[in-house]
Amino acid sequence: MEQNMRALSYPFDVKFILRKRKSIRSELLKNTELRDIKIAVLGGATTSEICSIAELFLLKSGFRPEFFQSDYGLYFETAVFDNASLKQFEPDLVFVHTTNVNITNAPILFASEDECNDCLSAEVSRYESIWDSLSNELGCLVIQNNFDLPRTRSLGGLDMTQHYGQSNFVLRLNLEFAAAARKRPNLIIQDIHHLSARLGLDQWFDEEYWFSYKLAVSHIGTVHLAHMFSNLVSGAYGKMRKCLVLDLDNTIWGGVIGDDSVDGIKLGQGSAHGEAFSSFQKYCHDLHARGVILAVCSKNELDTAKEGFSHPDSILNINDLSSIYANWEPKSDNIERIVNDLNIGLDSLVFVDDNPAERALVSSQLPPVAVPDLGSEVSRFTEFLDREGYFEATMIDIDDIRRTSFYAGNKDRTQHQSQFATYDEFLESLDMKAEIGSVNASNVERVAALTNKTNQYNLTTNRYTVADIEAMAYGDDYITLYGRLSDRFGDNGLVTVVSGKVKDFTLHIDLWLMSCRVLKRELELAMLDALVAKASGQGAKEIMGYYYRTPKNAMVENHYSRLGFELVSKADDETNSVWKLALTGYKTKNKVIREIKND
Amino acid sequence: MTEILAQLQPIFQDIFDQGDLEISRGSSAETVDGWDSLAHINLVSAIEQEFSIRFALGELEAMKDVGEMIDLMELKIGKSD
Repeated sequence: MEQNMRALSYPFDVKFILRKRKSIRSELLKNTELRDIKIAVLGGATTSEICSIAELFLLKSGFRPEFFQSDYGLYFETAVFDNASLKQFEPDLVFVHTTNVNITNAPILFASEDECNDCLSAEVSRYESIWDSLSNELGCLVIQNNFDLPRTRSLGGLDMTQHYGQSNFVLRLNLEFAAAARKRPNLIIQDIHHLSARLGLDQWFDEEYWFSYKLAVSHIGTVHLAHMFSNLVSGAYGKMRKCLVLDLDNTIWGGVIGDDSVDGIKLGQGSAHGEAFSSFQKYCHDLHARGVILAVCSKNELDTAKEGFSHPDSILNINDLSSIYANWEPKSDNIERIVNDLNIGLDSLVFVDDNPAERALVSSQLPPVAVPDLGSEVSRFTEFLDREGYFEATMIDIDDIRRTSFYAGNKDRTQHQSQFATYDEFLESLDMKAEIGSVNASNVERVAALTNKTNQYNLTTNRYTVADIEAMAYGDDYITLYGRLSDRFGDNGLVTVVSGKVKDFTLHIDLWLMSCRVLKRELELAMLDALVAKASGQGAKEIMGYYYRTPKNAMVENHYSRLGFELVSKADDETNSVWKLALTGYKTKNKVIREIKND
Repeated sequence: MTEILAQLQPIFQDIFDQGDLEISRGSSAETVDGWDSLAHINLVSAIEQEFSIRFALGELEAMKDVGEMIDLMELKIGKSD
């Protein structure tokens, strides 16, 4: 099932879809909450392929289509004259699948400008009679292809320059179709001009399949076209997505704001990364301008998160956001809060995060939320979001954009089934493996670097040089442990360090830090288990932990209490606290990280 | 020759969505359930992709069964090596 869904997501697995379409179909048909829809396809080419693939995308979007297909090439006749069987079918919408090969009134070589205008009127009026007839007889929605450019041009570049050129004619036709759609509320233009250009005309059309099977679009083209069609149907039925939920760090700016501070994040001119993040922000801003709701769901302190929007190069403004959740709770919980605040359904959301583990959590816990698998390269985020066509609207409703509360309708919230009953179950599914050991020559530099840049999950915020770390690593009284964590999405690298000195049977911890990337993975429990084992080995009877408050490390205020330490003392202004853990009778705490390699 | 037939089995099984389908050299549109024109196009494109070959115009129209298809494929695969 997961593989089916992935194949049907951008970038589509065309080979898999084509070969497994029957089994994908039976799998998708198991969904019990499908909406029936009758679609008549009037084709200027063979339409069985496009119906068979469009069915898959429609099923994925919650529709169960039934198709009526005109006889090959009889799109005009079926629409205008011989439509008894079409009427009997009672379609909810009609798709007129015509392409470049169906143009019948193209100007001849050296035709005068007037003659070309006549050709244009003649071609457009053929389609007007199709749309009129469908509108009068059936009164339903019509989805009409515009035209792809010709693939070969005997005139070469002049084909576009001269008014009698075929390319020139196609552009004019497409503008006429666009004008018609603006006038006719029931007409939706499917922009295959864009689609074929995006794929490349050579990939869009396959001569042999046209000559042999009368397929006007190649197999690859068919998959993309079917997807576009399904999005238009969703849009026409108001089922497009309405809200974009954004992560912050390394999603809309480069770096971790809690560690790097607002001056240190990458955004804006000056670096390739900064420009890429700006460009993605611009796309999100444009979506917002056309009516898409923006929200934020980030693992950060709220104040720190908000600060990022005051960066001089931030295109997104804090006021563009309808809901912000920046805290340390699981993101799936925060997203439920967002839908509650905005009073929209989970199936209206698209969640964008550079971290694959966060994406997996949200898509498994909240299946109706769309979670594009957009990798971690910011330069491709826009592409993924754009190609999926989540926000495809068939008309722009200005009221929608002006509405102050953004989305007032009280839609029934779709019931969803979580794939995992508990957060623990999710953690187990990550198949986490840790490597915990004493800091050594191969990683002292990384460890020193971490002590200097980690601000949030850092109990003491002590900064160390490489020489300091070496002294600790090789000092007899010291225990200095590092931890690496990998999961089914890959290796997170060396992400945590704990260090302390044993003195009079007590281990005093003067360094405990962790990268926020692996927050809530219970890696700190595994670290404590390892630390306790080491400390006992060196004769310690108890461990003392220290928390020194800074403006950035409020998130670890309760670190030791969560680990089962007892509070020994707390400063009156609550800035610093001291904690104690007795080692007799200690029971290991980690349960979800399965394999732990020690040295 | 038998090797190509073995490689064709899973393709036929996927296209016709019949896990237990077993074709032989004698199989044809008449003997395999669901082998209509749509399935035919799917089959051809799947075979072309799997074996990285292209059938020329009209080649498949003249073929009467899977055996002839395999013979033709053998020639094409041999050439591309």
